[in-house]
Amino acid sequence: MLEKFMRKKDKVSPSSDNQPHKTEESGKKGFSFQYAPSLESTDIVKIAETQKLFINGEFVESTGEQFFDTLNPATGLALSKVVESTEQDVDKAVRSARKAFEQVWSKTTGSERAQYLFRIARLIQDRSRELAVLETLDNGKPIKESRDVDIPLAAAHFFYNAGWADKLDYAFSGKNVRPLGVAAQVIPWNFPLLMAAWKIAPALATGNCVVLKPAETTSLTALLLAEICQEAGLPPGVVNIVTGAGETGARLTNHPDINKVAFTGSTEVGKIIARSLAGKDTKLTLELGGKSAQIVYEDAALDQAVEGVVNGIFFNQGHVCCAGSRLLLEESIANLFVKKLKARMSSLRVGNPLDKNTDVGAIHSQVELDKITGFVREAQMEGLEYFSASATTLPKEGYFHKPCFFNNVSSSASICRKEVFGPVLAISTFRTPQEAIVKANDTAYGLAAGVWSEKASKIQKTALGLKAGIVWANTYNKFDPASPFGGYKESGWGREGGRHGLLPYVEVQS
Amino acid sequence: MIFNRTTTPSPLVPKTNKLFINGEFPRSESGRSEPVHLHNSQKLHSYVCRASRKDLRTAVTAAQAGLPSWQKKTAYNRGQILYRMAEMLSSRRLDLVAQLQELLGIQENQAHEQVDKSLETLLYYSGFADKLNQVLGTINPVSGPYHNFTALEPMGVVGIVYDQEFNLNLFFHQIASTLCAGNSLVMIFDKPGCALLSDLAEIFKTSDLPNGVINLLSGSVEELSSPMASHMEVHALVVASADKDRLCQMQKLAVDNMKRVILWDFTKLSVEPLSALSESKTVWHPVGV
Repeated sequence: MLEKFMRKKDKVSPSSDNQPHKTEESGKKGFSFQYAPSLESTDIVKIAETQKLFINGEFVESTGEQFFDTLNPATGLALSKVVESTEQDVDKAVRSARKAFEQVWSKTTGSERAQYLFRIARLIQDRSRELAVLETLDNGKPIKESRDVDIPLAAAHFFYNAGWADKLDYAFSGKNVRPLGVAAQVIPWNFPLLMAAWKIAPALATGNCVVLKPAETTSLTALLLAEICQEAGLPPGVVNIVTGAGETGARLTNHPDINKVAFTGSTEVGKIIARSLAGKDTKLTLELGGKSAQIVYEDAALDQAVEGVVNGIFFNQGHVCCAGSRLLLEESIANLFVKKLKARMSSLRVGNPLDKNTDVGAIHSQVELDKITGFVREAQMEGLEYFSASATTLPKEGYFHKPCFFNNVSSSASICRKEVFGPVLAISTFRTPQEAIVKANDTAYGLAAGVWSEKASKIQKTALGLKAGIVWANTYNKFDPASPFGGYKESGWGREGGRHGLLPYVEVQS
Repeated sequence: MIFNRTTTPSPLVPKTNKLFINGEFPRSESGRSEPVHLHNSQKLHSYVCRASRKDLRTAVTAAQAGLPSWQKKTAYNRGQILYRMAEMLSSRRLDLVAQLQELLGIQENQAHEQVDKSLETLLYYSGFADKLNQVLGTINPVSGPYHNFTALEPMGVVGIVYDQEFNLNLFFHQIASTLCAGNSLVMIFDKPGCALLSDLAEIFKTSDLPNGVINLLSGSVEELSSPMASHMEVHALVVASADKDRLCQMQKLAVDNMKRVILWDFTKLSVEPLSALSESKTVWHPVGV
C-alpha cells in the first residue's frame, strides 16, 4: 500500500542502485564487500491523504483551503497534503490553549502533570517503530538514526521532564515559580519529532500550555504525537498543533495572547522574530544556527577523532544546527588526518534512508540541495581543494549529496563563515592552541565546538576558551534531555534541556 | 570658582569631572561639556563631560581588552576586589553623602542609608563570586558513559544604560552583579547623577580592578542608548527603561548581534541578576579507559 513512497528500484532490485563503489583506498587493497539491502518495511505507517490540525484535543479541518504536499525526500514523491493554517485556525488554537491553561492545566498538580508526561513517553516507546519509519519517510534521515536517536530521545525528553513537574521547588534554589501561560513553539524540519518533544515536554512540566507549529515539510510525526497526546488522555487544549509555513509561524508568534515564544531554526528567522517581539512582554528563547569548529590536536587519538569528525558533520546529512562544519587540524598531523578522513568517507553508504545500512540519507528538499550545491560551486570557483566520496553511487531519484570537504580553507571563505546545513566540511590548520581557539571563535555563531586531545589539561584550557554553549571533548553530537543545549552570540538566547532548560518557561518570584 | 556647599566645607580646589575609560580619566574626545547644578538651584555644581559615540566605542574597546584579565582571575580574587570596593566606598562615605544631598536633594539620613545599602550590596556579591557556579552549575546525569557538566561563564562586555533616577545602591547593584558574573562593562549615565562619576570611578580605580573592566561615561542616555544597543562588540545590555519607545528601539537594535537584553527589575540581592548576566557552557567528555 505504501509502494508510492518507495523508490521504484527498491521494489524491483533494491541493490541495483547500491553497487559498491571502488574507492581509491579499497581498490588498493582489493577490498570490497557488498551489503545486501536491508529495507525497513513501511507497512507499519498509515498516512492519510490530507492532514488536519490538532486543536482543543481534536483533529479538525482548517478554515483555509491552501494545501501543500509533504514529500519523501528520498523519492521526491508526495506523502500527504498539509494545510496552511489561517489566522482563524491559529487564533482558535491559542484560545484553546489559554482556556486549557486557565481552567485545567494551571490547576493540575505537578504530580498529575508528571503522570501525563510519563504516559506520553511510554506511548512514544510503544509506537517507536511507527514513528521512526514515518520520520524517515517524511524527513529523509537514515532509519538507523530515527530509530536509534530521534525517537528514543523524544521519549527521553518526556521522561526527564515528567520528573521535574513535581520538583520545581528544587530547580530554582528554593524560589517560587509559576508558569507563564501559553507558549508558541516553532520548530525546524531536521529533527521533527525530537524538536517537538524537546519543546513540549519542559513547557508542560512547568505548567504551560502550548501551540506548536512543525516545519511545513515535516508535520507528520508531530501530528502523530498529537494522536499520542490524545491516547494519553491529555486534557484538550494543553497541546495544540497548527501546520503551515513561515506565514503561519508569524501569525502564531505575533499572536497577542502568547506569553512565550520558543523558536528553533535559522538565525535569519530568529532575528525577525526577536525584532517583532521587541517592546512586548512575551518571553523568547531562540536556538539558531551555528558554524561549529572541531579542534584536533596532534596528541589526539586520531582514529577516534576521524570518527568524531565524520559523525560531527555527516550525521543527519549535516542538517544539524550544531554540526561540526569547520575542522581545525594541528599542522603536524593535518596530512595524515586528511588521508584517514578520505578513507573513512569513502566507506560511507549514501542512499535509501529506509535501508538499515545507510549512513547518510536524503538531503531534505530540493531547496536545501540547491543551497548546498550553491555553496559547493562557489567554493570550487574560489579554487579550494575539494573531495567528495561515498561507498555507493547516489540514487537517481530524490535529493542526495555526497559527503564532502574543502581543504586549506581560509577563515574568510564563505564556506567557513556561512551555515551550509549540509554534508560539507571546511578544513584548515593551526599551530598553537591559542590560534586554534581564536580561529574556532572567529564566527558570529557560538553554538558548539569539539576538542580532540588525550591531554586532559589541554582539553580543559581549550574548553574554557571556546565561546560555545556546548563543548564536546573527545566526542561530538551527543544529546541528552538532562544536558542543557543552546548557544552563545548569534546562535541564540537561552538554554533548553536539563535544569537550565526549565527557566525559560517559568516566572521566578522574588 | 567658589562653591557654596552646605554640608561640607567648600573645597578650594573643586574636582573636575571627567570620563572613566580603561582606568584613566580622559575628557570627551568631542570636547563637549555641560553644567550640572545643585539640586533645585541655579548654582553650578560642576561641569560634566558629554561623552560622544566615539568615546563609547573607545570604552567598549577598553572593556573588550579588559575582559580577559578579569576572567582569568580566580573567582575568589574577584570576590576580594569587590570587597575592596566596599572598603573604598566606606572611606568616601561622608563625601558621597554630601554630594547626594546637594546634587540630588536626598535627605542626609537617606543618603547614609543609600551608602549602607551599597556596602551591603558589594559585600553580598563579593561573597557570591566563588559560589555562583556551585549554586547555578550542574553535573548532568546523561544516559551514557560521559562526564557532563554545565558551568556559568560571563557574557562578555555588558553595556549598562542607566536610565533611571540616580540611586547609589542601584548603581552598585548593577555594577557589582555584572562584575561578580565575570563581565566587563560600559555604563552610560545622565545628569545629575553623572556628576558623581569621578568620585565613583576613584573607588574602582583604587580597588585593584584591572584597567578596562569598568568604564563609566557621563552623557545623554537619549543620544548614546542606540549606539550602545547596536554595537557589535557589546554582548549584553542592561536597561531598566521606563521609556517604552526607547526600550523597544534598543531591543530591535540589539538583535543585530543577538545581544542579550536584561530588563533590570531586580530589587533584592539575589542570584537572579547573576543568572541573567551569565552564559552557560556544557562540556561533555567520555568516561572510560
